[in-house]
Amino acid sequence: MDLNILWFILIAVLFVGFFFLEGFDFGVGILLPFLGRNDQERRVVINTIGPHWDGNEVWLITAGGAMFAAFPNWYATLFSGFFLALFLVLFSLIIRGVAFEYRSSDASPRWRSTWDWVIFTGSLLLSILWGVAMTNLIKGVPIDAKMQYAGTFFDLLSPYTIVGGLTTLLVFMLHGALFLSLKTTGTMAERSSAAGQKIGLAAIPVVLLFAVLTYLQTDLFASLGAGITLLASGVTLILAAILLRSGKAGWAFITNGLTILLFTLSLFWGLFPRVMISSLNMDWSLTIYNASSSPYTLKIMTIVAIVMVPIVLLYQGWTYWVFRNRVTEKNLHY
Amino acid sequence: MTELILSRLQFAMTTFYHFMFVPLTLGLGVLVAMMETWYVKSGNETYKKMTKFWGKLFLINFAIGVVTGLTQEFQFGMNWSEYSRFVGDIFGAPLAMEALVAFFLESTFLGLWVFGWDKLSKKIHLTAIWIVAISSNISAFFILVANSFMQEPVGYALRNGRAEMTDFLAIITNPHVIYQFPHTVLSGFVTAAFFVMGVSAYHLLKKNHPDLFKRSFQIAVIFGLISTLGVAGIGHLQGMHLVKSQPMKMAAAEAHWETENPAGLSLYASIDEKEQKNNIEIKIPALLSFLSYNSFTGEVKGIHELQEAAVQEYGPGNYVPPVTSLFWSFRIMLTAGLWLVLMSVLGIYFYKTKAYEQKAWFLKLMLWTIPVPYIANTAGWFLAEVGRQPWIVYGLQQVDLGLSTSVSLVSMTIAFIGFLLVYLVLAIAEVYLMVKYIKKGPEEVNKEENLKGGVRGASLWT
Ligand code: HDD
Ligand code: HEM
Ligand code: HEM
Repeated sequence: MDLNILWFILIAVLFVGFFFLEGFDFGVGILLPFLGRNDQERRVVINTIGPHWDGNEVWLITAGGAMFAAFPNWYATLFSGFFLALFLVLFSLIIRGVAFEYRSSDASPRWRSTWDWVIFTGSLLLSILWGVAMTNLIKGVPIDAKMQYAGTFFDLLSPYTIVGGLTTLLVFMLHGALFLSLKTTGTMAERSSAAGQKIGLAAIPVVLLFAVLTYLQTDLFASLGAGITLLASGVTLILAAILLRSGKAGWAFITNGLTILLFTLSLFWGLFPRVMISSLNMDWSLTIYNASSSPYTLKIMTIVAIVMVPIVLLYQGWTYWVFRNRVTEKNLHY
Repeated sequence: MTELILSRLQFAMTTFYHFMFVPLTLGLGVLVAMMETWYVKSGNETYKKMTKFWGKLFLINFAIGVVTGLTQEFQFGMNWSEYSRFVGDIFGAPLAMEALVAFFLESTFLGLWVFGWDKLSKKIHLTAIWIVAISSNISAFFILVANSFMQEPVGYALRNGRAEMTDFLAIITNPHVIYQFPHTVLSGFVTAAFFVMGVSAYHLLKKNHPDLFKRSFQIAVIFGLISTLGVAGIGHLQGMHLVKSQPMKMAAAEAHWETENPAGLSLYASIDEKEQKNNIEIKIPALLSFLSYNSFTGEVKGIHELQEAAVQEYGPGNYVPPVTSLFWSFRIMLTAGLWLVLMSVLGIYFYKTKAYEQKAWFLKLMLWTIPVPYIANTAGWFLAEVGRQPWIVYGLQQVDLGLSTSVSLVSMTIAFIGFLLVYLVLAIAEVYLMVKYIKKGPEEVNKEENLKGGVRGASLWT
């Protein structure tokens, strides 16, 4: 396999990891005001992701770094092209990250409610924005012969991309609700799984609509594998909703995690071997070849990744093991 | 306002802001890890209290360091996309490695440390903070490797209209980073040492927890003296290297217009950039030759000659960076350095004679010295980055050619104002919390009583 393909896969994997892990962070953040009815409960909710959210976010930073290193033209065109959208992403990530760390450091009610609202808003925006961004990638955007984005911010918004945003929003919310029902006890856990059931019901038609629009508006289904993967993600979502209904929150969490995995993979699969599709002229699309680094750089980066990625997975997995117990009001720290 | 100016302003703002928080992280992480080591070794509860108190301040600072780093990572593609295309083959690699090697470790183990006080054994908990401290310094290495390529391109070939990597080893052993890395890391250690000394001085003045703060002071004063001498020594070597690698930067930093042998060092100069001369200058003869070559003779090239050479090499254009601001930023850093050396020597002297808790003037001076390393850090980066102008990659690409072409002025303005506002608000929150926890002292941090039981009235819907 040539290294360009390997790096495309690696970046897809980084995004899968990011959406899977930060996905429940986003969901938990959105559900915070609905499930945490008083300050103490909200601390429980936040502490379920407290030790993990920053580590989860590094998946995104690594994905960004990997794009820069392996496909500089992709990084350059995408980031300058989606400038305002990315500004919103950064803005939300910044305020939300600080809110997690600062909200409990002061006891004034105003202080706490402000940061809690920041967590909610930031998580909400991010969940939608990622869906919009991913949908634009698969739909294609105006890119000229010089690899430059030739549209505006509003070209990124269309009914289809907004459905994409709603899809990630609902799937992440479900993911968060399931995570909470696993990580908390008593009424909080019950409340979370009740919320999860409602969100699941709402998510199913949206995901199906997304699949239909994808069929109509993109060439994703031209690749059989990508099409099947996308449909499979709809199936796992339905399964997750059923499992939750029958009280199997753990299985529902895993199955919905699969939904995120399959959904993200299908979009990357549909892209391949392009990394950005030009809606002006197919030949102007960026591909894993015309956007890539030199073979030498790819080789160096491959060695580093082969050594480091397994190590990272090991110790990140270990922290989830250390904090495997449910968070209750009695064992709140920090 | 043009896109270029706005992008440069935004870059300067986000990077300086990031670097307001980074140095303290670099140094305080190590100090907190040392304190916890003493705790684990001796079992003495005072050290545990110390660890928690300084650890809390570390976390407040760390939070902003992390989120401002995010902007750094993305802004090359957003604002400097043509630069990113040009050097991505080389520049992206250290950035990706920084994330893979350092950021993952740092963020994961910090989570363990914060939430793991009674989930982990003492030894593993201690290991976690050491991993955080070490990996944040590793992250500094990788990012400085990237920065050093812009200062002194090595290990590349110009192919396919861009700089392509030919020798990875040469890139991570760039002569520029050999000086820049220790200088920057040590400047972080200095920042943390003076932060700890200053805050301890504040509490010693108030006679709060004298035992705890005397111990903190003692650790910091030794750490501080070593680091300050190190930063100054390496800075000198760095200057010597720059005279060879970026002669224009150093000539500008000295407002040294004409080639001289031996060359004198200006302590003060009234600089006329239009006429390209100094109206008044106070010079110490031969000192610049000494600083450049460790010898009192030796020719130091002036700006005029360097400009002509640059025109010969790169074609017509102005290759002189802004002289006045470089001259003064260099002097600000040097004065700060001297001041810090003086304060650490005084600190060591009083620490040896055990009299410092009585000397109110000394403690007050220490308190007011907290900002000095911050000023030096900012001046240092100003010198390093502005002195590189007009190049974005020294000798290879000029700044205006690195700019994104597809981003409109309106978008840039929105982002600039947005970042400015959010940074202002975060700075206020940060300073508020810092001051609050510093004033409360160790007892409060350890009780964390406000965290138990929940706050009544902190409601979201009413
Ligand atoms: C990884 C690379 C890198 C790193 C570590 C830094 N910079 Fe830098 N800096 C750049 C890469 C860069 C750049 C992309 O090359 C810029 C953008 C525009 C330019 O002229 O160079 C730049 C410009 C730039 C400018 C504007 C210069 C001008 O336009 O005249 C300032 C003031 C700084 N930087 C300050 C800093 C500070 C305070 C840093 C400390 C963290 C820092 N830089 C780290
Ligand atoms: C423009 C270049 C830079 C980029 C792209 C960058 C990127 C980042 C990112 C993405 C983070 C967040 C990591 C997390 O989420 O845990 C971060 C944090 C950090 N960066 Fe930077 N950074 C830059 C400049 C620097 C410099 C020059 C240094 C030090 C010499 C530095 C040292 C650190 C440290 C120690 C942290 C840890 C958290 C903290 O700052 O408190 N960075 N950086
Ligand atoms: C007193 C002796 C000092 C000397 C001779 C010195 C010299 C230098 C020089 C020549 C540079 C420019 C490097 C470049 O352009 O690439 C620099 C940069 C810098 N200095 Fe200093 N410095 C001194 C003290 C300090 C102190 C006390 C601090 C902070 C506590 C500090 C912090 C910095 C920083 C953060 C940079 C930018 C990073 C870098 O390029 O290394 N310096 N210094």
